[in-house]
Amino acid sequence: MDDSLRDRVATAAAWAAAVLVGLVLTWLLFDLARRGLPAWSLELVVASPRDAGRAGGIAPILVSTALILLTCLAAVVPVGLGTAVLLSEVLSEDRLITRVSRRSLDLLAGVPSIVFGLFGNAFFCVALGLGFSILSGGLTLAVMVLPLFARASEEALRSVGRRDRLAAAALGLSRTRTLWSVLLPRALPALIAALVLSLGRAAAETAALVFTSGYVARMPSSLFDSGRALSVHVLDLALNVPGGDARAAASALLLLVVLLMINSGALALGSRLQRRLVATA
Amino acid sequence: MTRLLPCLLLVALSLGCSRPDPDLRLILTGSSTVAPLATEIAHHFESENPGIRVDVQSGGSSRGVADTRRGLADIGMISRDLLPEETDLIAHVIARDGIGVIVHADNPIQRLSSTQLRAIYTRAVTDWAELGGAPGRITVVNKAAGRATLAVFLEHLQLRPDEVSADVVIGENEHGIKTVAGDPGAIGYVSIGAAEHDRGLGIPVRLVELDGVTASRTAVATGRYPMSRPLCLVTHGPPAGLARRFIDHARSESAHELAATQSFVPASS
Amino acid sequence: MSWPRLSPSSPPARDRILGLTARATGLLGVSAVVLVGLFLLKETGSLLGRVPLEALFGSEWQPSLGRYGLAPILVGSVTVTLGSVLLATPLGVLLAVFLQFHAPPSVATVLLRGLELLAGVPSVVFGFLGLTSLAPLLGQTLLTGVLVLGLMILPTLALLAHSGLASVGSGPRLAAAALGLSVPAIAWRVIVPAARRTLTTAVLLATGRALGETMAVLMVTGNVIDWPRSLTAPVRTLTAHVALEMSYAEGDHRAALFLSGLVLFLLAGALVVLGARLGRAGATARG
Repeated sequence: MDDSLRDRVATAAAWAAAVLVGLVLTWLLFDLARRGLPAWSLELVVASPRDAGRAGGIAPILVSTALILLTCLAAVVPVGLGTAVLLSEVLSEDRLITRVSRRSLDLLAGVPSIVFGLFGNAFFCVALGLGFSILSGGLTLAVMVLPLFARASEEALRSVGRRDRLAAAALGLSRTRTLWSVLLPRALPALIAALVLSLGRAAAETAALVFTSGYVARMPSSLFDSGRALSVHVLDLALNVPGGDARAAASALLLLVVLLMINSGALALGSRLQRRLVATA
Repeated sequence: MTRLLPCLLLVALSLGCSRPDPDLRLILTGSSTVAPLATEIAHHFESENPGIRVDVQSGGSSRGVADTRRGLADIGMISRDLLPEETDLIAHVIARDGIGVIVHADNPIQRLSSTQLRAIYTRAVTDWAELGGAPGRITVVNKAAGRATLAVFLEHLQLRPDEVSADVVIGENEHGIKTVAGDPGAIGYVSIGAAEHDRGLGIPVRLVELDGVTASRTAVATGRYPMSRPLCLVTHGPPAGLARRFIDHARSESAHELAATQSFVPASS
Repeated sequence: MSWPRLSPSSPPARDRILGLTARATGLLGVSAVVLVGLFLLKETGSLLGRVPLEALFGSEWQPSLGRYGLAPILVGSVTVTLGSVLLATPLGVLLAVFLQFHAPPSVATVLLRGLELLAGVPSVVFGFLGLTSLAPLLGQTLLTGVLVLGLMILPTLALLAHSGLASVGSGPRLAAAALGLSVPAIAWRVIVPAARRTLTTAVLLATGRALGETMAVLMVTGNVIDWPRSLTAPVRTLTAHVALEMSYAEGDHRAALFLSGLVLFLLAGALVVLGARLGRAGATARG
């Protein structure tokens, strides 16, 4: 094959993949909207569920979901980022502990979510005495998305080149200063991407939450209350409640809208943060 | 009262700070089939008893049994009879659930006998034409191991679990209904109430007559329909206090209406 | 790669704090893995002690009759996972290349937001759409599972591959452009090879996700316990196995389901070892 033909084939393949995925994505969203939009109303976001979720709204479920995700974030961001810094910046590459830590995180990524659910139930709910609660659910999710977030963050930090690090060292910056002023700002877009991906994974999770944050669809009054997550609600309506399909689709669609807002928010925040960090550096 | 207070404090501490006053909160765990009904009963109970909270958790019959035994739940929910090794628990039936055989709405088959059903599920018969239907391969939809519905079905047909050969194995009722609705050659068995409800919404499934008895909730209520299972609340020993009040409420007339709206057959009181 | 790490021999106080904090959080992260592993071992312990291993990895699963063979389910899990990764990897890398090199900025933004959104679709929704749209056409089979699962892991793969390609930096790209290479040539001969390490990580993470995926797979693969003989045969995966039966299992049956979890844990481990090998091989090939 001559070069120009090969170039054209490669370009065409890239476009074809994008068009294919774009079409599937559009179809998926369209199908979900077709099923779910008719059940959208103001009541859906302000009322509590009635008749096993076939009527009423999902306000308490939205609040519980937000609290579960916040708990998860509060736990996974410091621990995940710390782990990433440890693996890419603190420990030297050839030490056994570095490899063992990294591999054990990868190992955790392969555990099915229902096992995390059972683990979370045994550990957070029973052993730590947190009971069925938003706290148990959020922490279980944090353990679950930790490998994804930590490894993606590690790659993000790693992607900051040797030159920047050497420049920082040559300027006599302390390592801590280097991390805050050089590494984190440079890695920020990739870190935000890692965060968005982890959040999506957490928001989509069902099996890990049934056994930890639970099934109670009442408005939570504290993090120690049980609270039904949106994905658990969707699962229950789709598989367990006859005639729950329309509400299941409506709730799933709402979850996507919320996620879209969170993602855009995270990205906007990310670019603002980056500007500020770079400005103060 | 002066002696009760330290005791209560101790209980509260041992349960962790997450559990408020146990006199005001009731925890139910167990069968995902019972959970939606129990949630509705709990709403009703809470509205009649302000200040009381009833938390209903889903997770399967065996979880309900285990949690009730360990004291993690005040009341367990199971969608079957108690097993011989569970005599330490007491079951309180709150509703019944009939198990109906369903086919695709386009399937002309109207009735089946237990013998025919046994032939289908053991693959002695593999085409609808052999049963007088339109020619086409039979897709056998079975329930996953451990489910009460499977146990009732196999017991009625007098089959061992390893004698059944399936094309699709399903978990929940709605999974089974959607599977049969998507395959004109499929046959499955699900909760009669769920099938009636979904058929009413236009989903293309149909309940078939079993051994000459129409599969309906009425037939389950009168006891004429052969395949059904109880939905129970279970307690470790006789229920007392709040648990007792809740169970009484769950067996009352008003809860029977809730059972009917959730597509179950109210327990005969 | 080697660069000055953040723990020199005599660090200033602040750096020591950073090192300690990183170590503490890292320890927390790693201990989570150990805890989950110990939990699985504890729950399977009773069964592993009594029942011979060959009985646990036989081909027949009849819990009510005391037979706990996991072999066909293990093969089912591996087959569905491999199929979906084989489907999603080329698509994901092509998408990442498209986003980096071919897409107009506005298209790239829309596609990126779409992929992020897709990553957050609950698996029950994929299962639901697969069950009501795809299964009526294809039946509940291995193929249906591969298609649904492939679509599910695609966003993870494409997004990670995208940031992997982005992390190569503008240096090599400008150098290659200065040499007169065309855009596809820069993409496929310079940037993709340079990002091989991160691409491998992306594929491994996506494989882990596929291996661990439960609800969507459960709803579309038919769940019959048998060897996957063809693309149109039903299969059961270890995850669906756990999800279908765990809520109704007690005693040995329950322990055997936890063993399925442990096997998944070990499968993930095998994947990790494989990844490390690939990573090392890549490093020596380049070095």
